[in-house]
Amino acid sequence: MRALTWHGKHDVRVETHPDPEIVNPRDAIIEVTSTAICGSDLHLYDGVIPGLLAGDILGHEFMGRVVETGPKSTLKKGQRVVVPFTISCGHCFFCERQQYSACDNSNPAEKQDLSEPLYGHAMSGLFGYSHLTGGYPGGQAEYVRVPFSDIGPIVIPDGLDDDQVLFLSDILPTGWMAAENAGIEEGDTVAVWGCGPVGLFAIQSALLMGAGKVIAIDEYPTRLALARKLGAEVIDFKRTRVLEALMEMSGGLGPDAVIDAVGMEAHGMMPDTIMDNMKQRVGIGADSAHALREAIMAVRKGGRVSIPGVYGGFLDKFPLGALMEKGLTVRTGQTHVQRYTEDLLRRIGEGEIDTTFLISHRLPLEDAARGYENFRFNQNEWTKVVLKPGTEVAQ
Amino acid sequence: MPLYRSARRGPDPQTLALLAGAGAAAGIAALALSQSRHNRVGFRPGDDAPGRTARSGLQEARPQTGRTITINRPRAELFAFWRDFANLAHFMEAVEHVTVAGDVSRWTIAAPLGRKVTLETRIIEEVPDRLIAWRSTDASEIRAEGAVTFRDAPAGRGTEVEAVVSYVPPYGELGRLVAKVFRQEPAIQGRHELRRFKMLMEAGEIATSRNRKS
Ligand SMILES: [Zn+2]
Ligand SMILES: [Zn+2]
Repeated sequence: MRALTWHGKHDVRVETHPDPEIVNPRDAIIEVTSTAICGSDLHLYDGVIPGLLAGDILGHEFMGRVVETGPKSTLKKGQRVVVPFTISCGHCFFCERQQYSACDNSNPAEKQDLSEPLYGHAMSGLFGYSHLTGGYPGGQAEYVRVPFSDIGPIVIPDGLDDDQVLFLSDILPTGWMAAENAGIEEGDTVAVWGCGPVGLFAIQSALLMGAGKVIAIDEYPTRLALARKLGAEVIDFKRTRVLEALMEMSGGLGPDAVIDAVGMEAHGMMPDTIMDNMKQRVGIGADSAHALREAIMAVRKGGRVSIPGVYGGFLDKFPLGALMEKGLTVRTGQTHVQRYTEDLLRRIGEGEIDTTFLISHRLPLEDAARGYENFRFNQNEWTKVVLKPGTEVAQ
Repeated sequence: MPLYRSARRGPDPQTLALLAGAGAAAGIAALALSQSRHNRVGFRPGDDAPGRTARSGLQEARPQTGRTITINRPRAELFAFWRDFANLAHFMEAVEHVTVAGDVSRWTIAAPLGRKVTLETRIIEEVPDRLIAWRSTDASEIRAEGAVTFRDAPAGRGTEVEAVVSYVPPYGELGRLVAKVFRQEPAIQGRHELRRFKMLMEAGEIATSRNRKS
């Protein structure tokens, strides 16, 4: 099969790999029809996530047709499914509590050793996202082996096309959980840092959950325009002093809830990178968690801080005083995708949520490297890239 | 079998945290140091933590180590699976097979260069649904003993499984082979085996990111 593989910083290639097989009884093999490049794939592309090996297949947002099933899979050949990026066994302490992204059993035993010293507990398995999270071959490929296929994949009814449902795999539930973690009450003012896909879906979700006003913060005009179209007021941080503006736009109270949909910026998670960043900071003062610090400063006393943005390591100069003295509540975490897919699929089917507005580019899988390059370096125009395996490259 | 020796000393997050805030930490450390002078403890009685979690120094005197894991299955089910030692080869990677004759089990362990090492154990204590303890016999090439206990986890969370093993590496060439099998770190091997046991019992299969059968 053909698959997008990682080879180093800003070096991804489409190569030929052996087709996957059923390995465990609960497995299924999916023939991928649509697969997206995610903002968090750019962390891999930038080489700031450790634990990737040359030749690893990337991609964790994908859907397709079931072509093979293990004896304990509940899927049927020919079904169209969207696959959550979190791999979850369905039966451990965490899965039983619907904390699917904390599953104890999806990261292979020996690979759990990579994250346990880093976080005190081992991470769960994720598709296409480094060996810290299992080293599972990802979905930017023609075929994917999907473990625990009786728990994760959601079957898509006829009449909904790929573009409408693909984002159930990650960014739509991630934006939804971000808004849920913000504990929104009727009429609340909510500020969202970052108008990438997750930020935009968080805006949409916050409004659906009853927010009175959502204020979106970014620098790219195209992304700010999308946020405004969803119903948000916008702040361009390149032209406006954000803290001051947020106070003025919330009657001097401050937003009731803040959402950091930016996460780490060019910021790694291993000791050497931490030291590098420390050294760099002495010279250039580059903040790698500027959005989070600003969000904590902006939120009103007793407010809520939701962090869907991805962080990996340690944070220097964290405003812990503001957090404590203002009595803030912080909620975060990798998305418990399986908890949300059914409800969100229903909302898509009923026309309450549309996700297709986000897609700026559709490319054949063979063109994936160009997709990465532009999604990384041309963020204003390239808001979301969907790869379509099996389609031809236009000449 | 899960052969433990000493708790692994992995990268230490506390060290990293200290590095990350080096400047402030220096001041706080000095403060802590000066405070500790005013809060000296003369006699330190025993606490309730397992002995194997003692700080180094105390720990060196104990060849025995172990690990506890919570498995979301009933105690009797887990006990029954473990009690049939032939089952253990399902989740113990280096163990090729186990043959059982009464209370004596012969473990065939794959070593490098196509060598096989044999471990022969006898059950020395058994409390149904609660405890199995075993010890190597004189016929064994490795000296080891171990015990696994099964306790009800609180609040209906299943069972706390605790495996404790002590292990004396053999001398000579065999010792080197055995050390290679267990990567010089029986504790790592044991940790992996408990995790795989949990996967098999909870999920019905052992997670792997391999894309093909072989
Ligand atoms: Zn994603
Ligand atoms: Zn689980």
